[in-house]
Amino acid sequence: MIGKGIAKGFIETARNFVGSYTDESRLVTVEYPEERLPPKENTRNFPFLVFDGDDAEKGLRCVACKICEKDCPPQCIYIVLERDEKGRPQKHPKVFDIDVSVCMSCQICVEVCPFEAIKMDNEFELSRTDRFDALLLKKEQLAKSNEYYHKLHPTEAAAVDAKLAEEKAKKAMPPPSPSTAAPPQPAPAKT
Amino acid sequence: MSVLPTSIAFFCLIAVFAGLFGFTTILERKGLGRLQNRLGPNRVGPFGFAQFIADGIKMLTKEDIVPGTADKLVHFMAPLALLIPVCLSFSVIPFGPKLVFLDFDAGLLFFFAVGAATELAVFMAGWSSRNKYSLLGAMRAIAQMISYEVPLVLSALTVVMLVGSLSLTDIVREQQPVLFGFLHTWHVFTPWGLAGFVLFLIAAAAESNRTPFDIPEAESEIIAGYLTEYSGFKYALFFLGEYLGLFAMCSLGITLFLGGWLPPFSFLDFAPGPIWFALKLLAMIALFIWTRGTLPRLRVDQLLNFAWKFMLPMALINFVVAAIWHYSGQWIFPAAIALRWLICGALIFVPYLLFARLFTRRFTPRTYRYAD
Repeated sequence: MIGKGIAKGFIETARNFVGSYTDESRLVTVEYPEERLPPKENTRNFPFLVFDGDDAEKGLRCVACKICEKDCPPQCIYIVLERDEKGRPQKHPKVFDIDVSVCMSCQICVEVCPFEAIKMDNEFELSRTDRFDALLLKKEQLAKSNEYYHKLHPTEAAAVDAKLAEEKAKKAMPPPSPSTAAPPQPAPAKT
Repeated sequence: MSVLPTSIAFFCLIAVFAGLFGFTTILERKGLGRLQNRLGPNRVGPFGFAQFIADGIKMLTKEDIVPGTADKLVHFMAPLALLIPVCLSFSVIPFGPKLVFLDFDAGLLFFFAVGAATELAVFMAGWSSRNKYSLLGAMRAIAQMISYEVPLVLSALTVVMLVGSLSLTDIVREQQPVLFGFLHTWHVFTPWGLAGFVLFLIAAAAESNRTPFDIPEAESEIIAGYLTEYSGFKYALFFLGEYLGLFAMCSLGITLFLGGWLPPFSFLDFAPGPIWFALKLLAMIALFIWTRGTLPRLRVDQLLNFAWKFMLPMALINFVVAAIWHYSGQWIFPAAIALRWLICGALIFVPYLLFARLFTRRFTPRTYRYAD
């Protein structure tokens, strides 16, 4: 009979209406500024720089190799290498800027970094009253501790720490002499 | 009528209904939210009920953009051409026993004559914008409004036929006699009145472009229809005009079928009429909000088919049923009223089922051969 479906629909919406006042589980809205959901581990927004230890300036893992700067598709990274009085490079960035208004959150900088120095943040409340300078993040704003990184992405950070520790251990061991080292395996003949 | 009371009454009318408009927008947004298990606006004021003030300020301070190629004069006139007839249509509605602005004999005729002018405004808006979506929306609006005007007027005419007057105050007085010692004889308590009321509601929803008949503004199809090129104050005026049109339609429905300013039971006669009218109006608005939260939009062909192949024949049948009900009123034998109800009810219900079959045959369950 025509109209039966309409009546059913009306009953359904009426049930919703009453239910939304009586049944808490129906209202799934999270009222954002007051309540918020815990962030998901794999969320990412804009990059930040990781430092070890307590001193943000000294502990910075970045060596200013500029790989990320070159690979950044929208060209939003700007790096200047630190040099001492004699002009020798210091393996430390003097300037490290990321223009987050340009950044497209592609994570390529993180992928290419050989020193695990740049990682993705999940900070998203970045609204500013100034369109220009406020969104150009400086080195001081970008530097975040390794603990912070652990808090954001625990699994990933643990893997990174393990890898860095392994590299450190390898470096600490004396280089094996050519005689004791196993000769390079010849490639298996292709059949 | 002297100038001063007239102008006071006029400003009261405008102020009350503009205030009701503001209240309805927030009621609608909150109600729709709850119908969909959302919260609705809850930021401004207590429980978000001051949201309409913020919305109003936003609307009025927005830039008013007129397209460069638009017909500027017509574009400017269209919102006024919508709002003025809608405001005029309130003048003949009796809100209380003595609370009617213009009590003249052809009140219903005046209402429909003035109401028909809104179609012109909608087309002015669509045509002058020089935008294909606007024009499409306006075309749809014309097709829809003219199609639904017929069942709307026919369902109102049954009342006129039985009451024998076009005066809306007379129509309300006719519903005053008391049945069984407590029930006012509202027209909706008769078979033809019930059917007529449902037909009237459907046609009124179509006339005021409410869902499920909002194809002239269908956001998902043609942006905003004839409102596409409107912004700021003019958009707000259109919005106001549409809601006022809805209130006018609801008021007419209340007057014709729901006993106007009469209370539901005769022992409640002590409370003043306008209170009952306001309560009925709010209930009608709630019904329209509920409908909007429930039904999806119709397609254009479905809409017009429904108007001409279902609404119009049903309205005509209802006409005949009303006549039968009227003449069978002279029957004086026991259980006459039950027999009248049976005959009239069957005369409405059987054609309804037949027409329904006509529709459902065309919408058999679809079988998908290649999907799933």
